[in-house]
Order: sequence, then C-alpha cells, then structure tokens
Amino acid sequence: MTVPRYWRNIGAHYRLEGIRCKSCGEVSFPPRSSCPKCHSKDVEVVQLPRKGKVVSFSLLRSPPNGFEAYVPYYVVVVELENGVRVLGTLTDVFGEVKEGMEVEAVFRKISEDGEEGLIHYGTKFRPIA
Amino acid sequence: MSDNPVVVGTGLTKIGRRWEDSLSDLFAEASRQAIEEAGIQPQVVFVGNMVAGELDGQEHLGLALEDGAGAFPLVPAFKVESACSSGGSALLAGYMAVKSGVYDSALVVGVEKLSEEPSDSITTALAEAADADFESYYGASFTSLNALLMRSYMKDYNVPRDWLSEIAVMMHKNAVDNPYAQLRKAITVEDVNRSRVIADPIRLLDCSPTGDGAAAILLTRPELAKGDVQVELAGMGVGVDTIGVNGRVSLSDVPATARAAKAAFSAAKIEPKDLNVLEVHDAFTIMAALALEDIGVVGKGEGAKFFHEGNAERDGKLPVNPEGGLKARGHPVGATGVYGAVEVVRQLQGKAGKMQVPRAEIGAFHNLGGSGSHAVIGVFKRKR
Ligand SMILES: [Zn+2]
Repeated sequence: MTVPRYWRNIGAHYRLEGIRCKSCGEVSFPPRSSCPKCHSKDVEVVQLPRKGKVVSFSLLRSPPNGFEAYVPYYVVVVELENGVRVLGTLTDVFGEVKEGMEVEAVFRKISEDGEEGLIHYGTKFRPIA
Repeated sequence: MSDNPVVVGTGLTKIGRRWEDSLSDLFAEASRQAIEEAGIQPQVVFVGNMVAGELDGQEHLGLALEDGAGAFPLVPAFKVESACSSGGSALLAGYMAVKSGVYDSALVVGVEKLSEEPSDSITTALAEAADADFESYYGASFTSLNALLMRSYMKDYNVPRDWLSEIAVMMHKNAVDNPYAQLRKAITVEDVNRSRVIADPIRLLDCSPTGDGAAAILLTRPELAKGDVQVELAGMGVGVDTIGVNGRVSLSDVPATARAAKAAFSAAKIEPKDLNVLEVHDAFTIMAALALEDIGVVGKGEGAKFFHEGNAERDGKLPVNPEGGLKARGHPVGATGVYGAVEVVRQLQGKAGKMQVPRAEIGAFHNLGGSGSHAVIGVFKRKR
C-alpha cells in the first residue's frame, strides 16, 4: 500500500471516524465525500462510539497473505451504540464469543506490508469484561 | 424494442488443474466450440474474468486472449469485471450489444485460471472482491464474510447444520454425471461436517473449489440464427448492494439477488413458479439456500428446507444446479456465470445428457459477486 493511500484512511482506521450528514442526519462508516443515504456533499467527520455489540462472527483459520501470525482470529460485524455497523476483528479474547457480546474499540497493529513496507495500524474490538 | 437475442452456440471446458493450458488456450477451447456450433463469427467479444490482472499480470485482457488464441479473426474485445459475477456481467454486455442492434453477434467468454498459485495468494486475490480498505485491510477473507451470513442465517431461522451440509451432498451427487465438473465424487453429510474449518462455521466441503476453466456463449439476432430449436435470452437483471457487509441491514439475506430477480423476471415476463430449471451461485452452501429465498422460489428461511425435502433434485419440484453447481462442478470465478448460463441453455435444448431435467422450457441462472454486492440473473426460454 502506498503512503498517501494509507494516510488518507488514518482517521477511519486509527480513530474510528465516520461521517455525519448535515442534510439528513445519517451517520455512516467508512467516511465518504457524500452521504450514502441522501447523497448530499454537506458532510462532517465525526468520531463513532467506541462501544458496541457483536452482530455476527466467524473464527477464521485460513488467512489471507500477511495474517498468518494471528490465526485463528475472529472476524466480526459490530453494531456500535449509535447503530452504525463496522467490520473488524476481535483481540484479547479469552472466553466464548457470542452474538450480542459487548465489545470496545482499541488501537492495534493490524499487519505489516512486507519486511520494509508500512506497518498497518487500526481499530480492533475487544470483549468488555 | 428489438427482439431478444438467441443463443446459437455454446462451449465449455472441463474445470480443474489445467497446467498444460494457458488462459488463451482455455479461451480458445470454449470459443471454438461455440463458433463452430453457431456457424457464424462474432462481431464483438466480452470476457468475464476477475483475477488475470492480479495473478497473471495481464490486463487489456480481451485483445490479449483473442490474439493469444488465434481461434477467429480479431474483433473488438472487452473485459467485464464484477468479482465472482464477472461472467454474468459479461453476458449482460453481450445481451445489450445484440438487443440494441449495435452488433449482430456477440461472443461472451468467461475464463479464469486459479490453479497455478499457492492458496494464500488465491485467498488474497479473491479477497479483492471485498472492500480493500475496510474489509481486506483487517484480514477478513472472502470465506469469513460469507461465514458471517451463514451464522446469522442459521440463528435467525433455526436451520440445522446438516441441512446445509446436505446441499453440498446433492451438488456432489449431481456432478458425478458431469463430464466438465471438477469434483466428480459423491460425499456424505459426515464428510462435510468433519472437513477442515476454513472460517467457522464454513468448512472446506461447504466451499466451492477454485479451478481453471472457460465457458462461451454466442448470441445473435433471431433472424440471423440457423437451426430450428432456438433458445432466447428473454431477460436479464442486475441488483446491487453495498461493497462492505457492514452496510447491510440484515446478514441473513441477499437483497441484491432479490433486486436482480425482480428486474430479470419482469423483463422476461415470468414469475419464479414458471421456472423449470435454476442454476444458483452456491460458492458456499449457505449461498444456495439464500438464493432460493431471494429469487422468490421459497419464503424467507425456507431455502435450506427446500433442499432437505428433495425439491431441488433433478426430478424434484424445481431442479437446482443439476450439473453440480459451483460446489462440485467448480468455480472458475470469472467464468462461473457463463457456465451457469450455458448449463441452462443446454437443459432447454435437451442436450444435458444424464443431467437432463424433464420439461425444461424456461430456466434461469444466478451469479453473485462479492458477499452479496452484485447479483446477475438471466432468464432463457425455449422458442417453439
Ligand atoms: Zn444525508
């Protein structure tokens, strides 16, 4: 991944930023230049709630390139407290994972782009004990 | 509006590890069959392919394949890409080209080569069907995204695991008779339930195998067609949804399929109950169950039961994937939609051999791209 491309998404990946539409009020993720609901350009960046619940999950055992070290890991859809859904992975899991389980966003290393490339950071979700 | 295009030629290659054949060789093999059967040359070519750019380093694919094959005179050729539904989308391009009158004949070829790369490279390439910045970035594989739907579906409708496994069993049984199939081997429910977990709850035998293969279909205007039994492409529809699964309201249906079905059936002036044969995009067993529901064959939550009760068998209420589907016939990703289309056409022509279903007058194929982002449905009718 190029540095500019990585940099463009830093807000969404590091701080879980989405957008709020000033025309219709829709809050969505990931950030876009227009509201996906009413297509207005009048949008502002907002930080999404950091807590939510697991909607569905999959324990992944056959990983894409670069994720071998994390196997097995949970891929989840999380519904945040304001209803916005985010796809992500779980970290710090010690017990059973269930639908409806409460989780919170944490800042984590995600992967490395080869030995000399960027280290990718972003948001993972961990169970709220 | 002008008449619907008719199918004058089809071609299929056996799916599998075709180490001796290049992408162009596969393209040539399927194209030649279709052109010879038709007795006419194409004026334009649409190629369905997903990963040649990523895995083979070849873009500008239409011309590269045509020239690499040398099987017919060079004509304008374009790649059409929409992930796993690339083949269906290429057929839509051919349908539009002929129906609009811009071209008299169009050759649609789905072609893909996946056997020569290590499986993690394939997993990575197929993950490009998802949102690169917000799904693949976090390590979600294509299988894991489908697994999210499978878990939601089983929970929301209280569907037993075995019913989904039975779908794989039926597909394998059907593929035993299919000379083009990748997995011509019967399996049991226990085989599925004991196979390796790829992304829980999806196990290896829930997944379609990725292989090499090509399928071709030649369309023309009815007045230019030779022969008496004609199969027309009576209508096509495409439905779309968000690229990421996080944008969906529900994870236990695929609204893109329902949208495609509505458009295709309205164009073809039919209803789901009029179908005599149906090819659905069962890249994973869960996707076969969802397809029946979203296409409107059965109600929500009843797709797996339809298979369980034997209604989808070749002699059942509505035969589904009598050639074995993606699950066992194989899933050469960008070619898959064209395989489905060719299989329906051959059923309507009465040319399906041991796989033939009775009374095949109207049939449809369904082709899904991404984890429910893009669905294509085409309806074929036998003309009397
Ligand atoms: Zn808006």
